[in-house]
Amino acid sequence: MTALEGLFYGLGAAGLLVFLSGTVMVLTWLERKALARIQLRMGPMRVGPHGTLQPIADVAKLMTKEDITPSWADKRVFWLAPAALLMPALLVWVTIPMARDLVLRNLDMGLFYVIAVSVLSVMGLVMAGWGSANKYAMLGGLRAVGALISYEIPFILAVLGVAMLSQSMDITRIVDDQRSIAYIIVQPLGLFLFLVAGLAELGRTPFDIHHAESEVVGGPFVEYSGAHWAAFMLAEYINTFTVAALVVLLFLGGWRWPAMPGDGALHTLLSLIWFLTKTYFVILAIFWIRGTFPRLRIDQLMAFAWKVLVPLAFVNILLTGLVLYYDLGWWVLTILSLLSLAAAFYIIFGRYGSRAERMTVRVYSTRELGLKPAVRPQAAPPPDGSPVQVDKAPAAGA
Amino acid sequence: MVNIQTQASNQDSLQAVDMMLNLGPQHPSTHGVFRLVLWLDGERIVRAEPHIGYLHRGSEKLCEREDYTQIITLFDRLDYVANLNGELAFCMAAEKLMGLEVPDRAWYVRSILCELNRIASHMLFYGVYGLDTGAMTPILYGFRERERIVLLFEAVTGARMMHNFIRVGGVKQDLPEDFVQRVNKLTDELKRGIEECDQLLTNSELFLARTKGVGSIDGPTARDYGCTGPVLRASGVKEDVRVSEPYGIYDRFEFGIPVGSNGDCWDRYYIRVEEMRQSLSIIEQAVKQMEPGPIQAKVRRIARPPKGEAYVRTESPRGDFAVFLVSDGGDKPYRVKVRAPSFANLQSITHMLRDAYIADAVVILGSIDIILGEVDR
Repeated sequence: MTALEGLFYGLGAAGLLVFLSGTVMVLTWLERKALARIQLRMGPMRVGPHGTLQPIADVAKLMTKEDITPSWADKRVFWLAPAALLMPALLVWVTIPMARDLVLRNLDMGLFYVIAVSVLSVMGLVMAGWGSANKYAMLGGLRAVGALISYEIPFILAVLGVAMLSQSMDITRIVDDQRSIAYIIVQPLGLFLFLVAGLAELGRTPFDIHHAESEVVGGPFVEYSGAHWAAFMLAEYINTFTVAALVVLLFLGGWRWPAMPGDGALHTLLSLIWFLTKTYFVILAIFWIRGTFPRLRIDQLMAFAWKVLVPLAFVNILLTGLVLYYDLGWWVLTILSLLSLAAAFYIIFGRYGSRAERMTVRVYSTRELGLKPAVRPQAAPPPDGSPVQVDKAPAAGA
Repeated sequence: MVNIQTQASNQDSLQAVDMMLNLGPQHPSTHGVFRLVLWLDGERIVRAEPHIGYLHRGSEKLCEREDYTQIITLFDRLDYVANLNGELAFCMAAEKLMGLEVPDRAWYVRSILCELNRIASHMLFYGVYGLDTGAMTPILYGFRERERIVLLFEAVTGARMMHNFIRVGGVKQDLPEDFVQRVNKLTDELKRGIEECDQLLTNSELFLARTKGVGSIDGPTARDYGCTGPVLRASGVKEDVRVSEPYGIYDRFEFGIPVGSNGDCWDRYYIRVEEMRQSLSIIEQAVKQMEPGPIQAKVRRIARPPKGEAYVRTESPRGDFAVFLVSDGGDKPYRVKVRAPSFANLQSITHMLRDAYIADAVVILGSIDIILGEVDR
């Protein structure tokens, strides 16, 4: 590596870090605003117009807060955990392109690298859970391991379907392959699998069992404060952005506009804007899900991964393989994909039967109960021998 | 606290041990200061031990040194989500002891306010239950509806909570002039609001997954534990004090009693949603039937019920809220005993928690809808 290349990568990495930090700030504001919109609230309104400067105030607050270490904590593990979570989140972005040549280093095995590195983030959560010496944190950390390992399989298998379609693991090539038709149309099942497994990887609603404020009170992060907590949040939001970006790159045609105007710098700029617009739409959908759904229980979460998502992912690969092998048209895959998706939905949503079947509460009218007495008990005189003695003349002022 | 790390790294104790987890008293899902000690095998609950008493204020004892008008304020603070229902129970006990004939209009005012308070209480339950299951949106919808009711309470009683409005023999003051218009507008809004809340949570697949079949308790067992109100009715027992032992003017209304069949968390949840609709119907009937008239029976300024004892049952939002009042003829009660529905319902939690997961513990506790002010008194 020459000095020039080193300078290029150094500047690129710094630029990426600034870009991602900025993105996270936008995302925190956007999430609060989006949730507020769903929840009949205004969201942040005080700092700057419509609270736009709120993220800056948050950063200032978090950086100046006291950083507390629990006295029982395993100090080294406790302090390393935020870095262990943040590093993979940042490393992934080395090879994620945001426009044709707007990438730090395009790898032929880009997808493989992205998945391999993102799995490392489990370590951060386990370390935080263990190092905190807090039972809630440990429960949360262990939950995170269970969920992430289970969902890694459908996640990888969904990515594999895309790799099969484009015969490549190079993300730029995958995007180029979608020049005529985005993979969302060819492989809707793959998108569903990827998005659901991605949500579970992120630990976002409805799979947020390792945070679960109402159960494990924040899980692995419960003992963290100040800058270390901020590092966790930074990693979480970067991961959200990563998954949304991957959805866009792998299924929504990336930065490709059907008739992208211009060339060179203008082309790159327009591509970037188009890519970010798509990504933010996916992110808004993720926020929308957060504002709508309750949380799954750990056994249900596991059952969903192993009994629904993994078989579906294999079906997806099988269908893709068959279509590719017999060289059928892409629309065959679309139809087969949609059919298996519909079958899966039928099974998932048919669990509790129709609305009438699941309605186990019946309203009995007062007449039906037939317990209605004719006289008001207040008016009835107490029976003889009753300890209640009636005061006949309580007249005030008489 | 046992250090979990040394425990695990010690060679001799490498066999699996149940982890003791202290849920509360400072835990966001215990609905106050309630402590639940859980012994866990992984995520499964092996044993559960509820501890209460963190909010004990000695209310029953305090009643023995306050006169009858002052005690009403103490009853406001028992079930602090349904204040008026508490006030009503105490006033009814005193009235029974004194043999007072409460004017019709006072009863209508009481019924309307108590039923509104039932809706307000269930709306709080609805929102908090959403949080317990992990949905963060319902609480804001629930509170929007509750806020409307609370604003009407403010207009009528002068306070959003802790009203001190119901008096022995009637109510403090008559309704404001525009009350009928306001309450009609409110019932229209609430009808829409309840439907909206129902649609938001009830039939969500994930919500069903979290609540259907969770924390089941059958009717006889629930009755043995002393459960009342929605917890008992969810198990299929048709029991509502307003119907089985009507007090006040409840025999003049047509309304429905929702009864479940599985006794699980979903049934307990949906019974409350349905009860809100039925309460609205009671309010509408009461507003139509209400006529002008006196609102207070004649009572001495300092009430001195005759020597004797009275036991009064009422249906509070949480169940059978009963007051046992003993008077020695003085201006202060000799003894006041409150039969708090939350306290009895809470006992059944050990039964419901059998073979549950940690996440279920929160959902089950939420479905019982305890108010610690009432549990500890």
